[in-house]
Amino acid sequence: MATENDRATGAAPAQWTRREFVGSALSVGGLVIAMNLPLPARAATRSGRAPAQLNAWLRIAPDDTITILVDRSEMGQGVYTALPTLIAEELEIELDRVAIVAAPVGDAYFNAANVGQVTGTSNSVQDAWVKLRTAGAQARTMLVAAAAARWGVAPSECRARHGVITNAAGDRLTYGAVAADAARQPVPARVALKPASRFELIGRGLPRTDTPAKVDGSAQFGIDVRLPGMLYGAFAQSPVLGGWPDSVDSAAAEKMPGVRLVLALDSGVLVVADHFWQALAARRALRVRWNPGPNATLDDAAIRESLRRTEAGDPGLVARADGDAETALKRAARTHSAIYEVPLLAHATMEPMNCTADVHADGCDLYVGTQVQQLSQAAAAVAAGVPPDRVRVHTTYLGGGFGRRLDVDFIPAAVAGSHALGRPVKVIWTREDDMTHDTYRPPALERISAGFDAAGKVDSFKLHIVSPLITARMFPPVTGVDPEVVEAAVNCAYGIPNFLVTYTRQEIGIDVGYMRSVSHAANCFVIESFVDELAALAGKDPYDLRMELLATKPRHRRVLETAARLAGWGKPAPGRHLGLALMEGYATRIAQVAEISVDGGAPRVHRIVCAVDCGQMVNPRIVESQIESGIVFGLTEALWGEITIANGVVQQTNFDGYRVLRANQMPQIVVELLPSDEPPGGIGEVAVPLVAPAVCNAWFAATGERVRSLPLVSGRAPGAAAVKRGSGNSDRGSTPRTTASGT
Amino acid sequence: MFEIQVNGRPMRVEAAPDTPLLWVLRDHLGLTGTKYGCGRALCGACTVHLDGAAVRSCVLPIADVGRRAVTTIEGLAPDRSDPVQRAWIELDVPQCGYCQSGQIMAAAALLRSHPAPTDADIDAAMSGNLCRCGTYGRIRHAVHRAAALARAER
Ligand code: FES
Ligand code: FES
Repeated sequence: MATENDRATGAAPAQWTRREFVGSALSVGGLVIAMNLPLPARAATRSGRAPAQLNAWLRIAPDDTITILVDRSEMGQGVYTALPTLIAEELEIELDRVAIVAAPVGDAYFNAANVGQVTGTSNSVQDAWVKLRTAGAQARTMLVAAAAARWGVAPSECRARHGVITNAAGDRLTYGAVAADAARQPVPARVALKPASRFELIGRGLPRTDTPAKVDGSAQFGIDVRLPGMLYGAFAQSPVLGGWPDSVDSAAAEKMPGVRLVLALDSGVLVVADHFWQALAARRALRVRWNPGPNATLDDAAIRESLRRTEAGDPGLVARADGDAETALKRAARTHSAIYEVPLLAHATMEPMNCTADVHADGCDLYVGTQVQQLSQAAAAVAAGVPPDRVRVHTTYLGGGFGRRLDVDFIPAAVAGSHALGRPVKVIWTREDDMTHDTYRPPALERISAGFDAAGKVDSFKLHIVSPLITARMFPPVTGVDPEVVEAAVNCAYGIPNFLVTYTRQEIGIDVGYMRSVSHAANCFVIESFVDELAALAGKDPYDLRMELLATKPRHRRVLETAARLAGWGKPAPGRHLGLALMEGYATRIAQVAEISVDGGAPRVHRIVCAVDCGQMVNPRIVESQIESGIVFGLTEALWGEITIANGVVQQTNFDGYRVLRANQMPQIVVELLPSDEPPGGIGEVAVPLVAPAVCNAWFAATGERVRSLPLVSGRAPGAAAVKRGSGNSDRGSTPRTTASGT
Repeated sequence: MFEIQVNGRPMRVEAAPDTPLLWVLRDHLGLTGTKYGCGRALCGACTVHLDGAAVRSCVLPIADVGRRAVTTIEGLAPDRSDPVQRAWIELDVPQCGYCQSGQIMAAAALLRSHPAPTDADIDAAMSGNLCRCGTYGRIRHAVHRAAALARAER
């Protein structure tokens, strides 16, 4: 559990030696590092024309072309800007003079916290904060040493600025002129990093490096890849999740125009044609007998019932136990308890899943928008029947990730098709494929209880979380309680002396996956809604109760106080109602206030005010856009987000059945970024979880109805989502009847 | 065989008559700036101009295009010089960027018919263009900014 003290002592070391650097890479991967990467550019430097590779992230050519390799995937969160900024700051080069390319698979590119080359958990900047500034400083030191050697002066007499090295005599050499020599210099054991007071690029809000390509259509997403001789594939999958093809009659499909291949695989049937539209037409002509597998009768009621039964029958594994919550609850002067639920959700990235593979005599080239380069490589290697090191992964831009592209289920069919045909094949999932074969955000059912002491103080708190376990499928084995299911609960900042969090795993028969903010979304909804319930029971203002529980947490108090002040807490405009929520996640503290009205029995969200303390910011403009993004994502979840299942088949197939927020439904969003000297926290996911509890708490303020099951505006029958004020421990009540609209 | 006008140039395309313009642009002509998002006119990612008006190319069969001028994001303006593109750059609108070709084409068509759009005009013209990254707030600012840039040019 991260505390204020942890943060204070967690400051980044100012020095970083190569030894430590190697050590950190070894500790996670047992593998070789950065400087020894067998990248093509190393050999090429001998010609004197090609770029010199100064380290795993930096190439400098004789013509002063400076290229930074980014080892995290750009999916909108700004890593192609933030990570190069860290290198450029120490390299003494302007960011707009740098070319950005995606890094290949490499051991140097491990994300230590994620134990792999993984873009996720909002920690790209945290992982890179010292590592990439060190790499920039080392490269600058080597460039200066090379120039000094050429001039026969001491490096201390030289200075590097704006891509040029100068000395006291007025000589100058560009980085490009000495890069080849610099690459042969020893990597300095220790380099001093600039203090924050001397940052010139970090903290300034530089323009994004990917914007120009994203306004003229030239940005290459996975779906845009074109290779000579490339064919197009459509992939048929079992309508019932988890089913497989028993038999395929492809006679009609094979006669369709342009069709090159029909290939039955374990997970479905691939149709490859000259053009995608032809592949789709031929797919419709397939006659597949699907074996539905074990999920033929699976539906939402069965899923909910299994979670409920498990909650009642199992105390769960302990994830956090401060004091003795069970005893305190028994002795409490007053207790309260409720059950909360969240549904399955689809990621619904704007770019549907796709992959392009080119299997050839030397191995396989894979072109894919992925958050997991090594897992992609491994999946392709298996499908192509080659060793992993023969698969080159070319990471494209991602048209949204949100965790969906941590999975690799869309890769094997393209590789198998290319392998069979000896030509490049691009497989594209339709929106319907994508929405009905997602690895869904798992549902959860949580019982939450609290006790007040005789003085009316909340002195015990107990949360029992029941949900499937994503990590068991993705990164087994799991021992103990996986951190991914108890987020926002194990580190919940409220000062309650007896605090118990337990978890019981209950699988539901279908694959679930990590989705933006993962279990923070469920747990923050439950905790922040329930704290509101406690405030109502105690006759306290929800803001006052939270402040009382945060007496020793200055960073939390600051975001809460700021959001409340900016939102006019306590004095809403006539007809408007406010609700608030607070969270700590990804080492960031965040608070939101939602302002709503009730319009024809439905919520209308007018404004979300958000205050954020995410430590030091590499690029405040990107931070602000990520917070806005998370709020919009969270609002979609809060109002409408729900995947339902009938007879094992997902019922939402496109953006008509799966509603997402549109421009005319946008509330006003106010983001306040608080200055901080703390190390950077994550920003890509942290704004998502608070929207649902803030809006539902505002709904309670407006109507007296407590929403204990998302979404707020349910597609299910009335009576599914909310309970009336004062109905105590009953778990279900009425739901807003009509559909919601925004401002 | 169809002959269509794309970005000011005549193009010959061999495709089934029901092939949506979207896939003709992307797969046959290599103009991949126009995106596929839903295939059912629900998301706006595939928005192009047909004689200057915004249309969803995913539901427009190639056989129905006729002689009308098709403009894609690649043909909007040379060097990202359209006021909409300049405003988008100035405000750093895109996040993942996948929806943005469609957003920009929708905004450019709006400004042609409404040189000084109100927020309500923007809502009416842009609410068919989904953005999962939630760039709507910046888009609204950028449309107003593009309108100002365009006015300054006249
Ligand atoms: S792809 Fe045409 S509107 Fe979505
Ligand atoms: S920028 Fe990602 S979908 Fe709009």
